[in-house]
Amino acid sequence: MATIIDITEEKELEVKNFEFTYAGADAPSIKTLNMPIAKNSITALIGPSGCGKTTLLRAFNRMHDLYPGNKYNGEILFKNRNILADREDLIKLRIQIGMIFQKPTAFPMSIFDNVAYGMRLQGIKNKTELQDRVEKALKDAAIFKEVKERLKHDANGLSGGQQQRLCIARAIAVEPEVLLFDEPTSALDPISTAGIEELIVELKEKVSIVIVTHNMQQAARVSDYTGFMYLGELIEFGRTEDIFVTPKERLTEEYITGKFG
Amino acid sequence: MSVIIDKIFSFATKYIAIAILFLVAWIFTVLFQHSLDAMEAFGFDFITETKWAPNLEKFGALPAIYGSIVSTFLAMLLAVPLAIGVAIFLSELAPAKLKSPVGVSIELLAAIPSVIYGMWGLFYFVPIVRDVFGGIGISMLTAGIVLSIMILPFMAAVTRDAMNTTPDILKESAYALGGTKWDIIKDIVIPYAKAGIIGSFILALGRAIGETMAVTFVMGNVHQISTNLTAPATSIPVTLANEFTEADTSLYYSSLFELSLILLVISFTIISIAKFYFLRNKRLAS
Repeated sequence: MATIIDITEEKELEVKNFEFTYAGADAPSIKTLNMPIAKNSITALIGPSGCGKTTLLRAFNRMHDLYPGNKYNGEILFKNRNILADREDLIKLRIQIGMIFQKPTAFPMSIFDNVAYGMRLQGIKNKTELQDRVEKALKDAAIFKEVKERLKHDANGLSGGQQQRLCIARAIAVEPEVLLFDEPTSALDPISTAGIEELIVELKEKVSIVIVTHNMQQAARVSDYTGFMYLGELIEFGRTEDIFVTPKERLTEEYITGKFG
Repeated sequence: MSVIIDKIFSFATKYIAIAILFLVAWIFTVLFQHSLDAMEAFGFDFITETKWAPNLEKFGALPAIYGSIVSTFLAMLLAVPLAIGVAIFLSELAPAKLKSPVGVSIELLAAIPSVIYGMWGLFYFVPIVRDVFGGIGISMLTAGIVLSIMILPFMAAVTRDAMNTTPDILKESAYALGGTKWDIIKDIVIPYAKAGIIGSFILALGRAIGETMAVTFVMGNVHQISTNLTAPATSIPVTLANEFTEADTSLYYSSLFELSLILLVISFTIISIAKFYFLRNKRLAS
């Protein structure tokens, strides 16, 4: 049995009886999952490799649709609509729900063009508007000071930590309501990791955040809510301090005390 | 004992590698030596002279150089857009069921000996060009078409391979910002694979300019410079293939050698440029 608390805050997203099956697989990778995501807070998904946490994360912006044959069941509610419905406009959805990946993914273009990319996709051509919003996004991602002298330079010349900040700037430049982080610091050194974590905490003023991490300390440091997943099921969901101090489920306790993983 | 074997092995491979350098130098030297007569007789005029009249002992390379360049240019003009299209389809759009059979057939097409393209061109494209564009069918245009078909599979395969090196995570990042398939192809995949794509084009260009058998059948070996693409023409390799057996004077013989020296220099330049791009590509990848 799973222990899943209800939250008091306003819900940004609500997962209802969600099931997910990869193309060609016999059994679903995620089985009947229910979970709320609170507005303007950070929800961490933890669990051993292959437990389905990234699979769940990639359902929120329908990333799985890029590869044919994947199958969703159940509902994920966002703004009172089921985003798993066939009629969902994926382009619009992905503007509203942004994503940051495991590795920094600077595009092969200049720093400025990287940040402006999402806005240009939306057809924004006005130079002053682009300039203002790029600058604001870079400031919000705490990287403006480091790059303001070289906005025209190739983004691949930046360090890993800087590139990941650039990716965050690029994601927030289109003013999303939700940001999904898929192990955003797994390729970074400890100092860059601390910087990104600090930034994530600051960002929750503006957006709701879901973060997948294999690093339990990271979940404990940054998140307000934590969901522990195991073998495609959500075992326990609750306030982060409760999950780490007084877990209700035996599996959760064993995982956070390092008995398996 | 094993130390001695190691030494012999490293000695042998080292000298084989050095031998390759000598081979290149040797080929250059031989071509150069045999060209000397023609160089003395015509000097720089050899390259600018338009008349090629063996019976008058008058040899000008310009029609052959012109034919090589124009037929290659035509071939690239036709093949580049098609190759990019095929590569985009195979790397980004085709369903998995189509990707591998089409990919394999393209690689098979690239392995067809060029003489077969030439025969096919003679019996198939010559009548078509004659009916559609006029002339006798044996022409610069036909050569360009046959060459383009010959280099297309190679270009498409290498371009596809270059596009396939684009990391999924990079493409997903662009999709995650609300990009469409077309946005991702033009903004991410093509810029990322650019160096490899250009490298494949230049290698194909090098192959087209030196191609002999595929065009010998359909070009006509007529030494003239005509702006009319349906008129017969010649190229350097076509001239060499047709005329060596007829070279009855030493000046004729030497002129053909100078032609081949010119071709070698052109090919070398093109391959060096391609290598430069490929090397740059490898540095980016690491």
